[in-house]
Amino acid sequence: MADTSNTQTQGASRFGRYVIYTLLGLVCLYYLLPLFIMVSTSLKTLDDIRSGNLIALPNEVTFEPWKEAWGSACIGVRCEGMSVYFWNSFRFVVPAVLISTLVGAFNGYVLTMWRFKGSDIFFSALMIGCFIPFQVVLLPMARTLGELGISNSIAGLIFVHVVYGVAFTTLFFRNYYVTIPDELVKAAKIDGAGFLRIFWRIILPISTPIIVVSIIWQFTQIWNDFLFGVVFSSGDRQPVTVALNNLVNTSTGVIGYNVDMAAAIIAALPTLFVYIVAGKYFVRGLTAGSVKG
Amino acid sequence: MSATPSTAAVPGVSNSGKFLDSVERFLPKLVLAPTFVVTLLFIYGFILWTGYLSFTQSRMLPNYDLVGFIQYQNLFDNERWWVALKNLAIFGSLFIAGCLAIGLGMAILLDQKIRGEGFIRSIYLYPMALSFVVTGTAWKWILNPGLGFEKVMHDMGFADFTFDWLTNSDMAIYTVVIAGVWQSSGFIMAMFLAGLRGVDESIVKAAQVDGASLPTIYWRIIIPSLRPVFFSAVMILSHIAIKSFDLVMALTGGGPGFASDTPATFMYTFSFTRNQIGMGAASAMMMLMIVAAVVVPFLYSELRSSRRG
Repeated sequence: MADTSNTQTQGASRFGRYVIYTLLGLVCLYYLLPLFIMVSTSLKTLDDIRSGNLIALPNEVTFEPWKEAWGSACIGVRCEGMSVYFWNSFRFVVPAVLISTLVGAFNGYVLTMWRFKGSDIFFSALMIGCFIPFQVVLLPMARTLGELGISNSIAGLIFVHVVYGVAFTTLFFRNYYVTIPDELVKAAKIDGAGFLRIFWRIILPISTPIIVVSIIWQFTQIWNDFLFGVVFSSGDRQPVTVALNNLVNTSTGVIGYNVDMAAAIIAALPTLFVYIVAGKYFVRGLTAGSVKG
Repeated sequence: MSATPSTAAVPGVSNSGKFLDSVERFLPKLVLAPTFVVTLLFIYGFILWTGYLSFTQSRMLPNYDLVGFIQYQNLFDNERWWVALKNLAIFGSLFIAGCLAIGLGMAILLDQKIRGEGFIRSIYLYPMALSFVVTGTAWKWILNPGLGFEKVMHDMGFADFTFDWLTNSDMAIYTVVIAGVWQSSGFIMAMFLAGLRGVDESIVKAAQVDGASLPTIYWRIIIPSLRPVFFSAVMILSHIAIKSFDLVMALTGGGPGFASDTPATFMYTFSFTRNQIGMGAASAMMMLMIVAAVVVPFLYSELRSSRRG
């Protein structure tokens, strides 16, 4: 009796496993299908797109859409493709990521190892800055960038992204340093090591994981930003996300769906690359950032 | 027992000069100072500035004569603002519900000691690495009436199938839901999975010994214990929903007409393309208040639970 019921539950559970794996597989398809459609569409000719359908493979593979998207597609009045904007993005994303990470590291260090009266209140005040919808700072910021003489410039975008990125990087480093035992730093203080020396010799060498998390998080956030890009830049100074939107949403003449898809992949490649190479840290950043929302 | 004063134990400090000493003492504050100033001016100062603008008649250029609540009155007399609010309500609730359902469902399935879990997880999460503009572009093509999903169904023999949500005023906002859930549900799955891994095994074992079935255990014990995860997930998702700007811009551009406007696209349009800065500022302040209405209860309960813990 016991045996039969056992085999029954085993059979039921084997069936259950099939169901689970099938469901998981279907969900994988759901997530991967848009990527597949993007890639396959970007390799099709326009005739192929019109005659075939969305989920079909290309009849003949063509790289023309990619060439056009990168070098000659018309975005606004210029017909130089995405390349200009792609490099624009790099030019402000890299400095903004590095500066905000560095500032965040120092802030986190002070807020954990060198607390002073009011530092906790300051941290809370800074965290509230993570929650505000950025719409509430756009108008004053547009004015301020003008006053500073850096509106519509790479410097302006670096400035904006550093200002509104520091709250997040500070949160990362502060939450990481909080877990470091106080004794480590206390002993160094007793030995007469100063602020910078302790940071340089003790804190920085053990910070590699959180530095990676912060860089990846900031890189993804700033690269993918659209709001600041569209408000604070114009013409050939725009970031790649804004260029992509302009390319796709200005329909003059024949709409090149294949070129649109190639351009979308171009805009997504850097962050996808980071995700593939350092996905573990990416996920960690997401969950660390989830405290703030 | 010799009573050594504690200062004697740190001779190194007194060796350095008085000047260096005071620099050293102020260094931490000095390092924090730029962030302090920036936070004060560019976050709190700018909120006040926007608040001030919302009480003026500013159009293309800021104008600093106070006129009271006229802009808010105009805002709530504006049909387009109501459409935006309604869309936020539709998008927000369906987006949150969809992400929670898919996220929790997938997390539970993935928690059954699955082979290749890491690989599957990374597939679920990759959309989070994409820009909303890329997501919007992709789904705009997939949902294209004529050449997109509709044609696939036609080719499969469903000749009468129509799918025109992108160009249908009543349905456009739902396309934003579809794309939004696709992008964000994987992240919510990761949060729930982390929560599931934190559930106390011994309670589950005890319930199993008592003869509770697996669904009962999930429904009665495990899911209720994920309450904090639900809470932060809802908070994060509503935050994304309220700020939703890039996805709408890329997918529908707020159209057809202004049928799929959200408060964020409304604010952008009035501030930067229609030169109605006063009204734009008023809508931005309303967005801040909506966020506050979501975040403040969350922060409050977080603080309370951390104090208890």
